[in-house]
Amino acid sequence: MNIVVCVKQVPDTATERKLSSKDNTLDRDAADGVINELCEYAVEEALKIKEAHGGEVTVLTMGPAKATDTIRKALAMGADKAVHLVDDALHGSDALGTSHALAQTLKKIGFDLVILGSESTDARTGVLAAMLAERLGTPQLTLARKVDIDGSAISIERVTDYGYDKVTATLPAVVSVVEKINEPRYPSFKGIMAAKKKPVQTFGVADAEIDTAQVGLASSWSEVTEFAVAPPRAAGTIVKDEGDGGAKAAEFLASKKFI
Amino acid sequence: MAEVLVLVEHVDGEIKKVTLELLTLARRLGSPSAAWAGPGFTPAAAAKLTEYGADKIYVADAEEITDYVVAPKAGFLAQLVASAAPAGVLVAATAEGKEVAGRLAIKTDSGVITDAVGIADGFAAEQSIFGGGVNVRSRVSRGIPIITVRPNSTTPEPSPGAGAEERVTVALSDADKAAKVVERVKQEKGARPELTEAAIVVSGGRGVGSAENFSVIEKLADALGAAVGASRAATDAGWYPHQFQVGQTGKTVAPQLYIAAGISGAIQHRAGMQTAKTIVAINKDPEAPIFELADFGIVGDLHQIVPQLTEEVEKRK
Ligand SMILES: Cc1cc2nc3c(=O)[nH]c(=O)nc-3n(C[C@H](O)[C@H](O)[C@H](O)COP(=O)(O)OP(=O)(O)OC[C@H]3O[C@@H](n4cnc5c(N)ncnc54)[C@H](O)[C@@H]3O)c2cc1C
Ligand SMILES: Nc1ncnc2c1ncn2[C@@H]1O[C@H](COP(=O)(O)O)[C@@H](O)[C@H]1O
Repeated sequence: MNIVVCVKQVPDTATERKLSSKDNTLDRDAADGVINELCEYAVEEALKIKEAHGGEVTVLTMGPAKATDTIRKALAMGADKAVHLVDDALHGSDALGTSHALAQTLKKIGFDLVILGSESTDARTGVLAAMLAERLGTPQLTLARKVDIDGSAISIERVTDYGYDKVTATLPAVVSVVEKINEPRYPSFKGIMAAKKKPVQTFGVADAEIDTAQVGLASSWSEVTEFAVAPPRAAGTIVKDEGDGGAKAAEFLASKKFI
Repeated sequence: MAEVLVLVEHVDGEIKKVTLELLTLARRLGSPSAAWAGPGFTPAAAAKLTEYGADKIYVADAEEITDYVVAPKAGFLAQLVASAAPAGVLVAATAEGKEVAGRLAIKTDSGVITDAVGIADGFAAEQSIFGGGVNVRSRVSRGIPIITVRPNSTTPEPSPGAGAEERVTVALSDADKAAKVVERVKQEKGARPELTEAAIVVSGGRGVGSAENFSVIEKLADALGAAVGASRAATDAGWYPHQFQVGQTGKTVAPQLYIAAGISGAIQHRAGMQTAKTIVAINKDPEAPIFELADFGIVGDLHQIVPQLTEEVEKRK
């Protein structure tokens, strides 16, 4: 089974994240880049499926040169190889542009199963997997908290507002995972060493037959026109419970007319 | 006036409050048209949509629309975009709503904006990003604006529309039928308000200590007429069902009042509740990061404080 995991590098949520005042896009130099948390769950699920059914796991990342750190992390967890889509023409792509670039690359490298995180911590659009399914014409098996594969049949439990849906389809398919699905492994020392020797293929827009009229900031379907740092929340009142904490909280709620 | 399409969110025929919010927003942008997908459409539903401003109601109530994951709904909206040439499309920013919007964007070669907290003239969307740290204004520059809007972004106000109904048959392709829903598993909901729609949310975390102890949280919620939420630590431990998880990978809530008990305030939790108007935190650790957000914080044991608060609330009723 040929499994491709889409992995994104995002700014560390523990550091201050910024937009660039130059072009209103994410300032990728302002913060350390780390692997998007939910992408670790996607990698873990790919490895589990490979362990159960055989095959190969390819990491696919679109991002600047420094995204190689994130690729190495996924390889250290156990993925076999990687494709790094990197080209200045891709800077500032929105979700539509990113999905076009990833879909073109996926067509080029081939796949039985594509696995994504359900959301990234920076863009938080949560639309990439649905967009890939639309572009590739493959079943959309998103928001999965459980994946089962039996030959070419695949089924998932899709998290919903009221519980979950059982959904079935036939491979090839696009899956996105939520954090309930597994517990991502830590790379072992051996894994980290092995990752250094694993093949990472670099693709530019031409290699993946990406239409440059559909990617990059200038071709974006949407744009940020203005942004401002939100005013900080006013410091609140913190009291220590002296046996009357509940009563004090009630007074506060009453002062705000909640009770 | 150009139409503004609003995808109706409903469960078993019951319209969700967010739809009434979207209709209220749509009225300022054009003539609201409600798009109903899936079975369960009733005269009562029509009346409700009309009351909140729908001039038109497009109804595609074939079972098929909800038998498959997301694609049929996107196909339905794309069909309406082609026939009605709306000025824009509004969808609730739920996990599924965003997926519908994403597929629609590709089908109609249009831009999509997710998680708007407001929409100004000309479909300029307001967003709050990086866990509430930065406010952004954005717009769609190609195609028609497709905007997903967070629940609780505006107060729904009735203002009757014409409510003209039109039945729509959606032609589904094989690709639309590729992912089949074979079973829906509904987990207990109870009589409390819906988490994303509630004006008040009371959430419990690891500090609650056990599934049984969540009754402490539930009692306070019931006294306040609130919804119950939980941190991931609590849902992972199996103390509370996952659909009540608040945070990055759970629900995003923006209530008038959020009470966090026994929750440390990890960034992933904050991502789901940071835009609450008023925040109250109860935690025994004075260093817990949740206190940085709190308008009112009590340092102490929630097992003492929460029951006392519940009693006080009951007394003042
Ligand atoms: C990919 C990913 C996604 C995630 N998504 C989410 C998400 O959607 N939502 C979410 O919540 N988390 C999420 N998390 C997890 C998040 O990082 C935290 O681990 C989680 O929020 C912690 O929950 P908690 O605050 O209940 O537990 P803890 O961090 O363990 O905090 C418990 C708190 O309770 C206090 N306490 C203990 N006993 C008492 C008592 N008797 N009285 C008063 N206070 C007490 C302690 O002082 C402590 O501050 C995610 C993590 C990852 C990696
Ligand atoms: N630049 C990218 N390269 C590879 N995968 C991506 C990229 N952007 C988003 N993804 C995938 O899409 C998922 C959802 O991201 P988002 O739509 O940004 O919330 C992520 O978890 C990744 O799996």
